Amino acid sequence: MKRTALLVFLSALLTGIAFAEDLLINAAGASFPNPIYQKWFSEYQKKTGVRINYQSVGSGAGIGQITEGTVDFGASDGPMNAEQTKKFQDKRGFGVLHFPTVMGAVVVTYNLPGISQALNFTPAAISGIYLGKITKWNDPEIAKANPGVKIPANDIVVVHRSDGSGTTYVFTDYLSKVNPDWKSKVGSATSVTWPIGLGAAKNDGVAGLVKQTANSIGYVELIYATQNKMAYGNVKNKAGAFVTASSASVSAAAAASAKTMPEDFKVSIVDAEGKSSYPISTFTWLLIPEKIADKGKKTAIVNFIKWMLDKDAQALAESLDYASLPKPVVAKELKAIAKVQ
Amino acid sequence: METSEISTNRARSPERARRFSDRLASGDTAANLIVFLAAASIVFITSWIVFELYRNSAASRHEFGWSFLTGSSWDPVNEHYGALPFIYGTIVTSALALLMAIPFGVGAAIFLAELAPPRISNALTFLIELLAAVPSVIYGLLGIFVLVPMLKSAEPAIRATLGFLPFFKGPFYGVSLLAAGFVLAVMIVPFIISISREVLLAVPADQREAALALGATKWESTWDIVVPFAGKGIVGSIFLALARSLGETMAVTMVIGNTPQISMSLFAPGYSIAAVIANEFAEASSEMLRSTLIELGMVLFALTFLINGFARILIITTSKKGNAT
Repeated sequence: MKRTALLVFLSALLTGIAFAEDLLINAAGASFPNPIYQKWFSEYQKKTGVRINYQSVGSGAGIGQITEGTVDFGASDGPMNAEQTKKFQDKRGFGVLHFPTVMGAVVVTYNLPGISQALNFTPAAISGIYLGKITKWNDPEIAKANPGVKIPANDIVVVHRSDGSGTTYVFTDYLSKVNPDWKSKVGSATSVTWPIGLGAAKNDGVAGLVKQTANSIGYVELIYATQNKMAYGNVKNKAGAFVTASSASVSAAAAASAKTMPEDFKVSIVDAEGKSSYPISTFTWLLIPEKIADKGKKTAIVNFIKWMLDKDAQALAESLDYASLPKPVVAKELKAIAKVQ
Repeated sequence: METSEISTNRARSPERARRFSDRLASGDTAANLIVFLAAASIVFITSWIVFELYRNSAASRHEFGWSFLTGSSWDPVNEHYGALPFIYGTIVTSALALLMAIPFGVGAAIFLAELAPPRISNALTFLIELLAAVPSVIYGLLGIFVLVPMLKSAEPAIRATLGFLPFFKGPFYGVSLLAAGFVLAVMIVPFIISISREVLLAVPADQREAALALGATKWESTWDIVVPFAGKGIVGSIFLALARSLGETMAVTMVIGNTPQISMSLFAPGYSIAAVIANEFAEASSEMLRSTLIELGMVLFALTFLINGFARILIITTSKKGNAT
């Protein structure tokens, strides 16, 4: 009896070691989903022994590293564009798959002395401010969306991100969608030519500068804003309702886009349909190579994606303030996993 | 027999001595070789850096050519880049920092080396060396949370007194070229003080004594004899400080406003080469942006090289004018 127990124990130990040694999976990319990824990977390791080492180096670097093949999979806040996809194809000889994991949002934060309630912003107001066309806080475009609020006639100080970031990508993607002028003059990218304003590095830089500068406006990730208890404005969506950003309103935006979800999941959900959709929302993606030569790694990665799409893992995301994936998207992803070879 | 023995002995001993000296010489060669390799590695590393910067910036150099240096657009969407606003921001903030740091730093060094009692001098020097070791991100944080609000409260006073100058026009948000210059000045002062003090202390006592014997006051001997004697070293300390301020990244990006524009006003936000590289590199997913940032690194390298070269020339010409060293 004792001997068999010992043998079982030893073999378990050995397989444990074998797992730990053989299955170290390296990944790198977006910093926005880093908290939930770390949580997921540590839970997954407890369950299966597969260790996934995730470096939160930024979406651009994640795309670069998966293209070079220095990591097993990547992660990005924006889908890879045509040029990047082609480069991947040329370099690796096969394609890359996108799997949405969770969703996030970008909120508009401001520092306006004497104003304590959440302000309403129309798409025209946000794009006008960032284009430098709306320069005063009491501009009619802002005033008419906020009846009964006495807004001072101060000059607006515009703050934006100075580092390339997925947050900027989502924000400028939204502005391009709602304002043709923005689209032709500035466009959308992880960093752009800002017509106006001060640049600050990272979410905390923008938040700090806004906090310090009276009459300023900036944009940060929703999770950053909620975790730091920052005030942020409501944004008017496509259906004409002013919506507060929350995991529910972001999920609503994703659900509204689920019906038209393309096969490759490369979809922008800014300015989504639906009365309760928050308009500056986004998916964040895992970038999985179509071919994974190492069988063990392939199985582990595929199993991880299945586990991550499960409702327990998605609930874990909710507990960290991320919006969870709508059911139709989950179903679609489960089907798409078969493409990984 | 005897004589022949003596002669062989004689013959042997110089031979032995030569062999010994040969052995010594070969030891010398080994030592020489080792230190030579150490020195050569510096040349090798420097040229390797230049080569890698040159190689990796090929795409950007082909696309923009020399107009890169004079262009002032920064458009990642349409992939059109120019370096001028960054070069401008780098030079202006560093010049501003030197303007503030030189009188302060050299003054403090003179006090510490010549006038202060040794006890105070040693205690203060310890503090200054401590300041030089503070990480730059701390200076950046102090800049954004202490200096910028202070500058903002000082803004009306600056406008009232110096507002007629073109350097103090336009709106002031706190983060600006001026704030970056201030933070850099605070960061480089310890370098100037610490090195200048050492140089001043190294001036031979005869120089002072001779001046005093001729009837000079303490200050006259310090200012007219000791400081010029140490002039070369003081200039050296200033250029070391300048090199540090040109390449400073974290502290600058936190207070400069990160806006690629060229403005006469020091109240306006700007951008520096090191700051834009730090900000954009992690997310530089397009080949062109990456190559452009590397070319900017090369520009910074060239800028530092030119300024150091200029410093050399300055030192050579001043010493020709008849300085003691």
